Formats: sequence, C-alpha cells, structure tokens
Amino acid sequence: MSEITSNQVENQDSLSTESKPVLHARNLTKVYKTGEVEVKALDGVDFEVFEHEMVVLLGQSGSGKSTLLNILGGLDVATSGEVYFKDRLISSESKGLLTSFRREHVGFVFQFYNLIPSLTALENVALVTEIAKNPIKPEEALELVGLLPRKDHFPAQLSGGEQQRVAIARAIAKQPEILLCDEPTGALDHETGILVLEAIEQVNRELGTATVVITHNTSVGGIADRVVTLRDGKVSDIHTNSNRMSPRELKW
Amino acid sequence: MKALNLKLLRDLWHVKGQVIAVALVIASGIATLSMALTTLESLQKTSEQYYSDYNFADAFVSAVRVPNTFKQRLEAIEGISLVETRIKKYASLDMPDFNEPVMGLLTSIPDQGQPRLNQLALRQGRWIAPGASDEVIVNEPFAEAHNLKLSDRISAVMNGKKRYFRIVGIALSPEYIYSISPGSLMPDDARYGILWAGQSSLEAAFDLKGAFNDVAFKFDAVSDHQALLKQIDMVLEPYGGRNSYLRDDQISYWFVNNEIQQLKTTSIIFPVIFLLVSAFLTNMVLSRMITNEREQIGLLKAFGYSNLQVGAHYFKMVLVMCFVGAVIGLAAGAYLGQANTEMYAEFFRFPLLVYDFSFTSFIASSGVSVLAALSGIVGSIARVVQLPPAVAMVPPSPDIYHKSFVDTPYIKHWLDQPTRIAVRQIIRKPLRASFTVIGIAFAVGLMVLAIQMSDAIKYLGISFFNDAQRQDMTMAFYENQKQEALYQVKRLPGVIEAEPFRYVSVEFINGTKTHRGSITGLESDATLQPIYDTYSEQVVALPEEGMVIGSILAEKLNIGVGDRIYVEFLDKSGLRRDYPVVGIFDTFIGLPAYMNLKTLNRELGEVGQYFMLNLVVDSQHYDELYKAVKESPAITALMTKQSLLDAFNETVAESMLVFMFIFIVLSSILVFGVSYNMIRISLSERGRELATLRVLGFTKGETSYILLCEVGLLTLIGLALGCFVGWGLTQLLGYAFETELFRIPIIIYPHTYSYAVIVAIIASVMSALFVVKRIHHLDLIEVLKTKE
Repeated sequence: MSEITSNQVENQDSLSTESKPVLHARNLTKVYKTGEVEVKALDGVDFEVFEHEMVVLLGQSGSGKSTLLNILGGLDVATSGEVYFKDRLISSESKGLLTSFRREHVGFVFQFYNLIPSLTALENVALVTEIAKNPIKPEEALELVGLLPRKDHFPAQLSGGEQQRVAIARAIAKQPEILLCDEPTGALDHETGILVLEAIEQVNRELGTATVVITHNTSVGGIADRVVTLRDGKVSDIHTNSNRMSPRELKW
Repeated sequence: MKALNLKLLRDLWHVKGQVIAVALVIASGIATLSMALTTLESLQKTSEQYYSDYNFADAFVSAVRVPNTFKQRLEAIEGISLVETRIKKYASLDMPDFNEPVMGLLTSIPDQGQPRLNQLALRQGRWIAPGASDEVIVNEPFAEAHNLKLSDRISAVMNGKKRYFRIVGIALSPEYIYSISPGSLMPDDARYGILWAGQSSLEAAFDLKGAFNDVAFKFDAVSDHQALLKQIDMVLEPYGGRNSYLRDDQISYWFVNNEIQQLKTTSIIFPVIFLLVSAFLTNMVLSRMITNEREQIGLLKAFGYSNLQVGAHYFKMVLVMCFVGAVIGLAAGAYLGQANTEMYAEFFRFPLLVYDFSFTSFIASSGVSVLAALSGIVGSIARVVQLPPAVAMVPPSPDIYHKSFVDTPYIKHWLDQPTRIAVRQIIRKPLRASFTVIGIAFAVGLMVLAIQMSDAIKYLGISFFNDAQRQDMTMAFYENQKQEALYQVKRLPGVIEAEPFRYVSVEFINGTKTHRGSITGLESDATLQPIYDTYSEQVVALPEEGMVIGSILAEKLNIGVGDRIYVEFLDKSGLRRDYPVVGIFDTFIGLPAYMNLKTLNRELGEVGQYFMLNLVVDSQHYDELYKAVKESPAITALMTKQSLLDAFNETVAESMLVFMFIFIVLSSILVFGVSYNMIRISLSERGRELATLRVLGFTKGETSYILLCEVGLLTLIGLALGCFVGWGLTQLLGYAFETELFRIPIIIYPHTYSYAVIVAIIASVMSALFVVKRIHHLDLIEVLKTKE
C-alpha cells in the first residue's frame, strides 16, 4: 500500500520502463453472450501500466476499451487470459476479493462523476477515506484538485467540471496504486475538460499514481506517456510519447 | 395485444415483488373488514333464524303458583297470540362424576312432543314418552360437561326430596343459548344444567298440581308490548306474577345480544382503522412508485401518447395491483369469515348456521382500497405528465441538499458518511419520511392494539376475581335463610368465614329510563366480596341507607350521587320505593347496585334473610365440604371462585384470542408490505448511487447499510411512535367497546409493546432481506457509462 513514498514522488521525473508494471494483462478475451449472439469484445489483448505511468487508452465506441478497463478494475471477469496486480493474479479471484482489491488499490473516475448528492464535496471524499487503510486527508485531496474552497458545497451546487474534480479527489484520496478514468471529459465542454485533465495530470505527476484514461478523443493522447489504441477488441497500436504535453496545449 | 398493454404486463412482472407487497396490504384491509362483517352478519342472521325457527317467545313472566284456568284469561288478552304455561324450578343435582354440588333448572314441556314456544332442538334421543314421570331431556353443554349419555340416570333434590331421572334426549334451546345460574355472570356448564321434564311429572314433584309458575308469550306483530305486559301483570299479580318482561330482558337473549354488540365493535372499529391504514399505505407506496416512472412517462409522451393514455396506462397498472389484492382479500375474508362464524356458532351452540358472505363489505372495502390507490397515483402522474417529454426523460437534477442540524459539530462527530447520507435524505424529504414513519407507526399501533386485548382480559380477570373478591366459594340456597343457617354453615367442615348476601330482582326506573336487574344486599362490614371500585382500586364503603351503584347503571339511568332512584321490586313483596344514590363506583362487569342487607331486609319486611353466602374455606377440606353440601337439601349450589374464573377465561378469552391472532398476522403483513416497498423504491431511486459505492470498493454489507439505514432509522422512529399510536387506539377502542355487560380495562402491559415491536422488527428485517438480495445483482458496469 505504502509504496508511494515521498522519495518516489520527488523522483517521478525518472519515470522509466525499468519500473515494474502495476497492472498487466495477458492474452485477455471477453465474449459477451446475449441470447444466441456472441460478441467478442476483447480478442487476445496484452496490456500493462507501470508505476508513475500515464496511459491513454484510445478507441472508438465498441472497440473494447471500456471492457478492458472494467476487467482491469476488477468490475468484470475476462472469459480467458490473466490479469496481475503486481504479483497478485486477480483475474481468478472471487467477487469479495475483487471488492477489497478495488477498495484498497484502485481509484475510479466516471464519465458522469457519480457523486453522492446528499454529501458535500468534502464528505464525498471522506466517504472513501473512512474505509481506506492509508488515506490522505480529504481536505488535502480537495486541495490537490483546487476545490478546497468549495468543500462544503453539495454536488447540486457545483458545476460539472467541479463535480468531476471532486470525483478525482475522491478517487485518489485513498492513495490508490492505480487510477482508472473512464471518459472523464466525456460530459464536459472543452475548457472544463482541460481543467479536469490538468487535475488528473497533476495527480499522476505529484503522487505518482499509475493512471489509465480511456477516451475516444485522440487529442487527449498528448498528455500520456504511452497511448494504446484498441480496435475491434485488439490492440492496434502502441505509441510512446517522448514528451508529455500539458493539457493546456491540447487542441480539439 | 397493444404494445402498451404488453409493456404493462412485463412491467408488472418485473416488479412482481412490489405488486405482491402492495396487493397484500390491500388484501389485509379488505380481508379484515369482510371477515368481521361476514361474521357479524352471519351471526345476527343465524341467531334470528334460530329464534324464529324455534319460536322463541316475545315475553316472559314468572309467578309463585297460578291455577291452570288462568291460562285462558291470558290467552284472551288482545294482542297475545300464544301462551305457553310451564313450571320452572331450581333443584340441586348430584352428579356422580363431580364432587361439587350442581344447580339444575327444571323446566316443564308438554307431556307429549314439542312446546309451542321456546322449542327444543333435539340433538340426540327422543321426546319424553307420554306419562313417563322419570324421563328428562338435558341441555347439550351440560351433557357434554359431564359426559352424559342417553339412558344415563341423574338424581335431583326437588322440594327437599331426591328423585331419579333417566336421560332420553339431549337438546338445545333458544331460551338457554347462554345458561347462567342466578348470581353468576358467566355460563358454567359443569355447575349449572337445564333439564326438561314432562308437565305432569314436574307438577307432582313441585307440588303444583293443576298450576303453573311461569309463562312465555308470543305477541301479535303489531301490538303495544308495554301495555300487554301491564295487562299480564294485572292478571297474575294475585299469584306473585308482577314481573313480566320482554325478550330484550331475557337473560340469555340479553347476553347473546351483548356478545354480538361487542363483536360489532371489534368488527367495525378495528377493521375500519385497519382498512384506513392499509389505504393510506397503498396510497403512499404507489405515489412513490409512479414518481420513479418519470422517464418512462416522458418517453411515452415523446412517442405521442396523450396524457390521458399515459394516465390510463398507470391506472391499469394500479388496478391490476388492486385486483390481485381484492382477490386475495376476498379469498382470505371469505375463509376467515367462515372460520370465525363457525367458531362463534360453536361457541353459542347454534343448532343451525346461516353463513352469508358479506359482499357489501367486500365491495365497500375494495372500493376504499382502489380509491386510495388511485388517488395515490393521480397526483404523481399529473405532476409528471405536465413536464415536457424532453425534461421528463432526463432524470431529475440532483436533489439540492442543505446543511442542517446534522452539521452541528457534535452530531457530525459521531455520524459517519453513510449515516449522514441517510439523515440528509430524511431531512431533504420530510413529507415522504413522515409518511413512512406514520405507516409503520399505524401498523405497529394496530399490533399493540391486538396484543393488548389479552392484557385487558388478564387484567379484567385479576381485578374482578382476585382484587375484588376474597372468598373461595359462594353458596346458594334453595330458599332465603334465617340467621340460624349461618351458624350451621360455619360448622360445616373447612368453613373459616361466611358472609351472607342476597339478590333481589328489581326494575330501576328514572323517568323513561329503566333497567331490569338486581340489588345486592350486602352487610356493611363485608370483606369477602365488598364493593370494589376498579378506577381507584379501592373498596367502597356501603352506608346503612341508600344505594351504591355501578357507573354504567348510573349512566344508563342518567342518575348521579344525591339523585333518587325509583325501584320496583319484582319479588313477591311488590314493593315500590325510591332510594338516594349515595355512591357510584366503576366496575368492568355487569350493572351492579348495592344496598345494606339489613336495610334491604327491613324494606322487604324480612329479618336476617339471605340467599347466598360467601365462604372462606380451608383448601384441605374442600371434598368434605362438597360431600356435606350434597347431603343438604337446602343448598342448591356451591361455586368455587376458581371455577368462575375458569369459566370467564373460557368464555371471553377464547373468542378474543382468535381475533387477536388474526390481527397480529395482518398487522405484520402491513409492516412487511410497507417496509418492503419503501426499501424497494429506495433501491430503484438510488441504484446508481449504490452501484457507484460498490465500484469504489464498498462491500455488499456496507452498501446494504447505506440502503437500509434510511428506512431503518424511519422504522425505529415508527416503532417508537407506533407504541403511542397503539396506546391511543387502545383508549379509543376501550371506550367503543363498552357494553352493558363489559367494560374493557384500558391497560397495556409493557411486554405488549415489546412483543409488537419485536414482531414488527422481524417483519421489516424479512422485507429488508428480500431486497438486499438485489444489491448483489447491481450492475456495476452500467454505472460507469449511463447516466441513470
């Protein structure tokens, strides 16, 4: 849990492929059966994400990117193949163990924020820190996404972008090893989307949390260390950026 | 089938749990009312049928000895259609299987066949053979209590002589549906039996050759009953017959009427409260269900369905629930109604049964339920259809929450986030929360009401038989006794104390208000069965002069302390006097009136007369005492207090406990139905929120807690409030329950609240378990993508 030491946070510049993968998946397939129709959502996908790394998972709707994210996050089970969290084989674990895997190691950011409307910004974060083993203070998490001044606002009193940043604070407050963001800008306008990506980028940079952002927006790939493109359930391209762009520089 | 109707069926199938829960709530309301009214109507019809089939008399009179020739004079009175003269006398019976003395009432029937009035329903055996002086027909409850068979022999001490009879028939009579010995309040079939023997046999036995001492009358349909009574009394006055009375005052008829009256209270007030509660709950549950259908309604409107069509669609949905509820209610009501009627018919020993399902009450209660259900959805549908389709299809924007008392630092400190969610939701929708609370509270209140019936009965028994009475036995004599007999009784084995008292039948009159009852003559220093005020739980002193009367008698006569009460003595004295009322006291049973025994005897011109004795007896010597008493021709009965208490418990408790059980079951269904629907609706409103929490790593247990916390908190408040509601309903029912015979003590023992709360908790936990299963099937993946 506590691998993220301050030392590592300071040394995040030295991100390299020599570090160990936090998550890696081998030869994943996922077949959905709806009635008599079989749909192959994933077809032999290999995927990994390393400590401190920012990966953008690109793909059109139906490419299998969400399915991959769900399996990586322990929300869904692959038809075949293996998923390792560090040295732990999670792809064959029970639902109960997957729940604790999510609880202890994974932060989620959703397209539609999914904040609890009856809790304030701060309380939404506290909801997670109360059950986490090694959380940072909820205030710190909000500070990180620049929303501390709005901590006592309820979701209905926050803009979409603000809500999404609270969601990011909620996701990272437990100090997860991995942050999974599913179309985090999908419901937002350009300017707000940039703000949210900045928050994600900042978390990745300052806390060193391995981050996977899925999007259909190719421009977002610019902020990644690595861009993995999925098409028809297969990895069609892996591209490594020599230089990460700041979200401000993105154009779409 | 139209697509919309298909959708309806599939939707209903999808929410079948809720459909059943709503239907059960509706059904319990309908079932209760139709059961109760069916029982009531059937019993009324059965008793009327019984009275008319067996020609129950319209009026009665007893005298000392009237020559047979006077029968014609009675028949000659215009307005009297039938006169049946008879002999009715008490005797003490010696039952071989029974230590205690038994009192028998011998009633004559014609030497051949049925009497014309008060006919017998012969259950076994045959009529008395003409001229057979040793044959007797006994009433069925008595035969059963002593396991008497045809051709068994029993002996009776009549007029001081022992005579033997052979049982040739076992019968029931409309005159003795309730057979109560003089001085008792409850039937006690083991210690009081009715025997019918031939006219000539009893004439000989009681020294009444060519005479009668009792008459039953049938009046013409149109006649002035009071005037007829006066004429009868005028004819019979010289023979000690000045106390003719109508069937309303006949003891069995009066008791049965009282019993049905009491049933009317239970069967109207109780079910009506129940029906209203179930209607309220239906209304509330459906209104929330429809609000959840908002997007669907928007979609239908977007397709071009009119508001009316959309409304009709949901009306149909609700009607299906009502229909299912009504069908279950009909089946349950008919079944329970029949079972209940049969139970009562058996209790009253009606020889026939008119079972008549009360369709009126079924239709009325179904109507109330359907109206309540529809009115529950009208508001919600109207609100939703007013929205433009585009707005309706989008889920409502997140509710706006505000800071409240939860956010005061102290409270905040011990509320974790999940609990805060629950508390905020309650505060956010106070109306909805209070509906849930009220719903649960009423269901629990009904349960308290049902369970406390046994408290009331228990308390009544303890108060009446233990607190107010200290004697072990009561002894009754064949005739009034003088002082010497008291000394003789005191010398009987085991007798420690003996206190005399007597009853005199009287008519109390205050203007137009009258009551036929009796005065109890009691010694002023009586301690064994003194006047006991149930309100203050104190003994009330009896002054030398004046009367102390029960509060219900005072109410009936509209009389207070200091007023004078006019009394017509119905014994041979024929005395008419007025006495001051010097005290009024509360009592649960009967309409008693007390006078000082010496004063009463003085008024009647008798010295040291009494009819009964209260005894304290050494329990070691009971059997010896029974034996001695059986040999004494002067003593007709010796009743132990225990046997009276047993009779009371059997008579009152049995019928009430069945009712109580039914109501507990139905109240549990209410609690279950309400909390199931509340949780289920809560789940559909908050499914996305809960799935999000599951994704964030909350366990099923933690997620369930968040779902159940709100309903749980409301249920807790509802339980507490329910105890108050139960208390209130008990007060209400207590007042409504009052009959001449009984007042139900308004008492709830603490454990009653605990039972009600425990049963309610079990019902709501069960409902929660049903819903929690669904948390396991929350679609975690959908949450990530779709918005609501």
